[in-house]
Amino acid sequence: MSDLNTQAVARYKNNFLREVEERVEEGDMVKMCMQCGVCAGSCPLGPHWQHSPQKIFMMIRAGKREEVLTSDSMWMCTSCYNCIVRCPRQLPITHIMHGLANYAHRLGIAPKGQPTREFAKTFWNNLIKKGRVNELTLTLAHYFANGIGPGIQIALNMQKIGLGMVLAGRLNPMEIFGGHSVKDLNGFHAVLAKAKEIEDRKKGFSA
Amino acid sequence: MAKKEYAFYPGCSSQAKSSAANYLTSVNTMCDKLDIKLTEIPDWNCCGASIGYAEGGELPRLAINARNFALAEQHLPGKDIVATCAACWLGARETKERLDHTSQLMKETNEALAAAGLKYEGKVNIRHMVEVLIEDLGYDAIKAPVVKPLEGLKIAGYVGCQTNRPFGIDGESFENPKYLDKFIEVLGGEPIEKYEQKVACCGGALAFSEPEKSQKQIRDIVESALDHQAELIVTPCPLCQANVEVYQSEINRKNGTKFAVPVVYYSQLMAVAYGSSAKDAGLNGQLIRTEALEKIANR
Repeated sequence: MSDLNTQAVARYKNNFLREVEERVEEGDMVKMCMQCGVCAGSCPLGPHWQHSPQKIFMMIRAGKREEVLTSDSMWMCTSCYNCIVRCPRQLPITHIMHGLANYAHRLGIAPKGQPTREFAKTFWNNLIKKGRVNELTLTLAHYFANGIGPGIQIALNMQKIGLGMVLAGRLNPMEIFGGHSVKDLNGFHAVLAKAKEIEDRKKGFSA
Repeated sequence: MAKKEYAFYPGCSSQAKSSAANYLTSVNTMCDKLDIKLTEIPDWNCCGASIGYAEGGELPRLAINARNFALAEQHLPGKDIVATCAACWLGARETKERLDHTSQLMKETNEALAAAGLKYEGKVNIRHMVEVLIEDLGYDAIKAPVVKPLEGLKIAGYVGCQTNRPFGIDGESFENPKYLDKFIEVLGGEPIEKYEQKVACCGGALAFSEPEKSQKQIRDIVESALDHQAELIVTPCPLCQANVEVYQSEINRKNGTKFAVPVVYYSQLMAVAYGSSAKDAGLNGQLIRTEALEKIANR
């Protein structure tokens, strides 16, 4: 249990709905759910969710804090927005799932090693470095996330695709030395730092 | 002077030697023929994509998108921002909606932008390239420059997710949008009107993190196109294009299948139909070559 998580538990006691409303992106919309289940039936990865969005909304109201935040369900979201456009109550379901995943991740209680959690972290850290995504280092960092051995195996399996991309002019081996970048990197980083500072203060991440 | 002018947001994947470099090549060719002038937003940054949520959170994501808006307002005043990438368009439009509707987030975002001496005024509009084509030019204008109609070519219009949901294009239905089929039709090709996987998800960023689950999606998308005898798949989204094209060989390797359906951008169809060379249509950027289109381009 992380300190941030202990503090959150102490602050909200058993009122998980209030915690979600105050701290999770678009969380104030959770109570609008009327349990119709259209979201659960609309998700392309539906069978892989241990708890469907419909169930998660009810679990939040029932105070099942640990079961929700430690589950890998929200990490199944592909951001296809099918649930959003079909929801008869117009809940921003995609954003709430993202928000729950982000909240669990920041509290340090999201499932360890969950592949989408790991990739999402790699992706963000890649893009903020230069302000633009470096597709080569992103791919390599992802392949080698579980160490050299598994990384080499994946790289071998994918080498034909990689070479094809290079030959098609869609992947640049030279990006290993830097690659594309915004010019005003200091300004970009200053904006990010300030935004993070404000968000951390609002959501209780800055202890 | 060009007929239409926009502040262009190409996005990371469209940069030189990036995964959608051929998209940009064909967009430039297409815009040239349609007399559309795109001026890149100076020093634009990444939109954060959908997958940025987990580590990035809410305000940092809004702030980096607003940085692009501020730069566009400052350097290209009065011009709509046009994105070619589905995720860039979505990320930017989501940001604009949330900031325009929530004064607290607008205030906090501008507090963050001030750290770089920038300010977002809330003036700029966010458009996708296909919206520009349909709403600002219209299907007749898209048809006008056609010199090499894509005759006899059966094409599956794969719209995918993020140029469709949640905002939609030109008020069309989310379940069966018609705009890609109409593009194919005005270019002289034959759209697969009953393409079941038209708005299915390719797995998005989970193609990286959950390859098995995503490849199941991709296999359905390709198989459904083949069921209707489509010769190629066309899409408006760089991630759909890459996922559906690139992973066919992985699916083949694992399952002993022999999928090799070319996946191209709408802008490549237009470039070819408008008479440009295969190179100017970015066809040399395909992993699965599209001989049918190359033949028309070389005619």
